Amino acid sequence: MLLDSVCLSQRPKLRFNSKIAEILASPRQSVPMESFSQNPSLWQPNRQASQQTDLLVRSILGLFSFVSVATTAGIVLTLFFETVDFFRVIPIWRFFSETRWTPLFASAQFGIIVLISATVLTTSIAIAVALPLGLLSAICLSEYASPKVRQILKPALEVLAGVPTVVYGYFALLFVTPLLQKIIPGLQGFNALSAGMVLGIAITPLIASLSEDAIYAVPRSLRDGSYALGATKRETIVSVVLPAALSGIVASVILAVSRAIGETMIVAIAAGQNATLGLNPLVSTMTMTAYIVQVSLGDTPAGSIAYQTLFAVGTTLFVMTLGLNVFSFWFVRRFREKYD
Amino acid sequence: MLFNPQLERRYLWDNLFASATWIATGLAILVLLVLLADVLLDGSPRLSWQFITSLPSRKPELAGIAAALGGSIWLLVLTALIAFPIGVGAGLYLEEFSIESWWSRLIEINISNLAGVPSIIYGLLGLQVFARWMQPLTGGRSVLTGALTLALLVLPVIIVSTREALRTVPDGLRQAGFALGATRWQVVSAHVLPLALPGIMTGTILALSRAIGETAALITIGALTFVPFIPNNPTSPFTALPIQIYNWVSRPQQGFHVNAAAGIIILMVVLMMMNATAILLRNRFQKTLT
Repeated sequence: MLLDSVCLSQRPKLRFNSKIAEILASPRQSVPMESFSQNPSLWQPNRQASQQTDLLVRSILGLFSFVSVATTAGIVLTLFFETVDFFRVIPIWRFFSETRWTPLFASAQFGIIVLISATVLTTSIAIAVALPLGLLSAICLSEYASPKVRQILKPALEVLAGVPTVVYGYFALLFVTPLLQKIIPGLQGFNALSAGMVLGIAITPLIASLSEDAIYAVPRSLRDGSYALGATKRETIVSVVLPAALSGIVASVILAVSRAIGETMIVAIAAGQNATLGLNPLVSTMTMTAYIVQVSLGDTPAGSIAYQTLFAVGTTLFVMTLGLNVFSFWFVRRFREKYD
Repeated sequence: MLFNPQLERRYLWDNLFASATWIATGLAILVLLVLLADVLLDGSPRLSWQFITSLPSRKPELAGIAAALGGSIWLLVLTALIAFPIGVGAGLYLEEFSIESWWSRLIEINISNLAGVPSIIYGLLGLQVFARWMQPLTGGRSVLTGALTLALLVLPVIIVSTREALRTVPDGLRQAGFALGATRWQVVSAHVLPLALPGIMTGTILALSRAIGETAALITIGALTFVPFIPNNPTSPFTALPIQIYNWVSRPQQGFHVNAAAGIIILMVVLMMMNATAILLRNRFQKTLT
């Protein structure tokens, strides 16, 4: 039925001589086979031309698919060369051993650990919020919600994933922070706590949807087996379903960590721009991404040390997220339970 | 008694657990609702025709969103023009033309990795390659530079959704075409692509809605925050809705915060319209297909 509708709507683009159509249309007249070979004007498929077109299209499309490889190469090379230039001026041991991050001051120091500590802080808070929320909603959607309720809840969670991060930043700075300040007296206007919490909300849908896929893939027979042994629903979920889906759940959490590390606008708006070493969530702090934003907003001439720090920080960020992504892929492959 | 199932206690835990999952889901959705309500309450008094048609200003009550909206529309159109053909082409190549080889596997691994790269890294790439090296072509920190960067950012999404749409086209259709002696491109262009197009369009619109909300990559390439004009050519400096919102949020005055909320409402309305179009497309063509 599908094929019919397609053939009717789009006729094949072969050259179809009207004469043949006439002959075919009249049923009594038989079509002599020789007429095709003797009169070439009747049937001209021109295979060569269409094959050449095919080859041309194939190479153009191949070129397009090459763009994605070129993008990766571009990212790696630009980061690499500017970072090498940076380390020619600032020795690499200073980058890793200094404990202050003041690249724009006269007495410049380049301790990346300061920015990393802030990133680790906001990411930990985010995961502390997103892991329970995301995992429990995934369980709710796949195990408890009826199909009808699920049809409403799932798109709603997806909307949460589609909200632009700058909107989350606004929400964190102008709604969550004032709210938290009423509860926690010493909270600064810019702080890692509210940025991290909102960041957690932003990555909750990622954990929820990826974990739900993993939980959904656990076969029914496992659940039935557990029920048959007398386990309750919760016992089945906690001791049978979740362990079976563990690789997918862990992978989703790792991807969420990677997303939280690379997330920019929420922390740039709500966590402030104060590069200090420490893990105090109540004060202003500056993550790697927030630093890149801060420098980008000013006019930094290419080749200056500030310009190069962008790429040095960018490289650190890239290596961390790439490492986590690769680890997550590896983890799924290595520990996936296969049920057939 | 040999075996005590303790059913009462276990069922109590069961109920508690079930409530916890419902509360978690409800909490996530509650946050979404609170966020939307907060933005609407803060911003709606500021919404007016004057706000939409005014250029940025030092005074919050005179400032408007026109330059940012214009910049965002420029970005949207240019990004679509660049990313759509390349993304669909690459998806077609991987799904219909390429033979299983180390090269196609490399591209596949590469695309899934690219999808996990933070957007701010794309910004650094755009800053170095498009804004600096290709400055004579792109005009430096211009709309074109922004669009090129965003196009690279959304490319993996478009490629993946193109491939998914192509996979829904039944194989019998292709085989019928080959049996008639058609080349691959003839089969793809006449039959496969038209059938997959609604799915591809849906994926592309969703990818573009991601581009519209993107802030970090544009800030990194150095999009200006104060642009008192609407760009009139691809090499013009520009600002965009999310950048304007960021700029207003990061100012201390209350008036600008209200402007930011109003800007967010407009941004969300644009996003909602795009998503609604995508869903409409999907629903409409799903019906005719099956």
